[in-house]
Amino acid sequence: MRNPLSEKIVQIQPSGIRKFFDIVSEMKDAISLGVGEPDFDTPWHIREEGIYSLEKGRTFYTSNAGLKELKEEIARYMKRRFELLYNPNGEIYVTVGGSEAIDGALRAMLDSGDEVIIPQPCYVSYEPCVILADGVPVIVELKEENEFKLKREQLESVVTDKTKILVMPFPNNPTGAIMTKEDLTEIAEFVLEHDLFVISDEIYSELTYGTNHVSIASFPNMRERTIVINGFSKSYAMTGWRLGYACGPKLIIDQMLKIHQFAIMCAPTTSQYAAVDALRNGDEDVKNMRNAYDRRRKFLIKALRDMGFKCFEPFGAFYVFPSIKEFGMSSEDFAQTLLNEEKLAVVPGTAFGNCGEGFLRISYAYSIEDLKNALERMKHFIERHRK
Amino acid sequence: MNKEVIDKGILDVIGKNSRFSSEDLAAMLGTDEKTIENEIKSMEDNKIICGYPALINWDNTDNEMVTALIEVNVTPQRDMGFNKVAERIYKFEEVESVYLMSGDFDLTVIIQGRSMKEVAMFVSEKLSTLEYVNSTATYFVMKKYKEHGIIMEKEHDDKERMLVTP
Ligand SMILES: Cc1ncc(COP(=O)(O)O)c(C=O)c1O
Repeated sequence: MRNPLSEKIVQIQPSGIRKFFDIVSEMKDAISLGVGEPDFDTPWHIREEGIYSLEKGRTFYTSNAGLKELKEEIARYMKRRFELLYNPNGEIYVTVGGSEAIDGALRAMLDSGDEVIIPQPCYVSYEPCVILADGVPVIVELKEENEFKLKREQLESVVTDKTKILVMPFPNNPTGAIMTKEDLTEIAEFVLEHDLFVISDEIYSELTYGTNHVSIASFPNMRERTIVINGFSKSYAMTGWRLGYACGPKLIIDQMLKIHQFAIMCAPTTSQYAAVDALRNGDEDVKNMRNAYDRRRKFLIKALRDMGFKCFEPFGAFYVFPSIKEFGMSSEDFAQTLLNEEKLAVVPGTAFGNCGEGFLRISYAYSIEDLKNALERMKHFIERHRK
Repeated sequence: MNKEVIDKGILDVIGKNSRFSSEDLAAMLGTDEKTIENEIKSMEDNKIICGYPALINWDNTDNEMVTALIEVNVTPQRDMGFNKVAERIYKFEEVESVYLMSGDFDLTVIIQGRSMKEVAMFVSEKLSTLEYVNSTATYFVMKKYKEHGIIMEKEHDDKERMLVTP
């Protein structure tokens, strides 16, 4: 038999998280601070709207780009939250999660050999998706001393005439770092000077604490060269509904839509109806969840610092990223040993790029009671292992 | 941090679960224990925080307990309106809640008793004989599903978040 496999696919490493997941799921009664999704249920009025749409028999395909009402609500939302104007007819389309939009944007914009700058640590899908699109990932390592923000100098040291796209993964999974308006200014200038395009993954845009999220697309002349990716998974606790969207200039969205049309057809209809309700009536829910996350964030940082962890204060998403360098273990060893000895799962920083070495991703998408319980185990562990 | 934000934070948290320590509350709200204690004290004094009872589903115990909702029509009194009658009613220990209502009747009175007989006795002997009480209509609660925002039954919970996800 001939080799049935594509060499390109075989070369792609499976996600480091997957590996850890397999270990954890073998272990009985392990508890976890390892999730990347909200612990809240989707607010009932949104679920109810999904149920209603099923009762009404709205079980057909929608148009490729998504329900008209939903695109219009997304346009309104982008305007009221980020002062971004998109035409619902041609500049917005609805996807199967932010995940599909990341893949679609890269495939629509890359030719073989084009370089894509990816700041790491970051969400696991950008790098493989660049490879799938025949691009070349170029990694920039975000630094703890910069609070894991991206700096212009870092871009300068990697940009070439092949560089085409900059991925902007903020608010960041796994570090919780955000980029403020001031932080973004020099990045936007750089992008314009070098005639780059930006894929801005703003899936955590509702989860910033103390400041509102600012989109890089809102800077002068940036809208025309930015694909903004967002979705319902994190902000409305709707991960399982598989719904996201991309907004951008028609020139690019048209081509992304072509991929979507042939590979996906349309995003799930029930989810789209539910999402219309989320955008119309969900602001209060988002606010309440944000407040709850913020309390857990403060609680967790204080507890970790009280234990002696070096831990910068993150202002976004629902992760903290403490350093474990003092323990003289690799991130993976630390996570593995913690799991074996205390049955507590956290994700090693290296699951999000090599430069995550020396750090852990700890999620606070848990109730305070769960956090307390887990922190107790962490405390035992570090007391035993501290040198 | 500003006082209103802290007060609102305290109320949001203890409104759902009043068992957190001042230390926990301080950590969650990014302030110190002293501030939390002062704010709680002042909200208690101002009857913003009125008590800390646990929410008990007596149906799940061996103790017999019945709840009834009673619609009461009263004649308001000069200068006092409904308040005086309401007070005469809410001072009874059996009375759980009293609300002044808009609509066809005036007061909703919720009563807990050990038996239907006990509740019926209370209504016929104490409540309906009060001066200014014109009529009552009593409805017994068959089953409590949810109270104070908390679901009173065990939910079939087979939803499971995976332990580790990206
Ligand atoms: C930074 C980031 N982007 C995108 C996604 C994908 O989310 P979804 O496909 O559910 O919208 C995630 C999920 O964990 C994420 O953390």
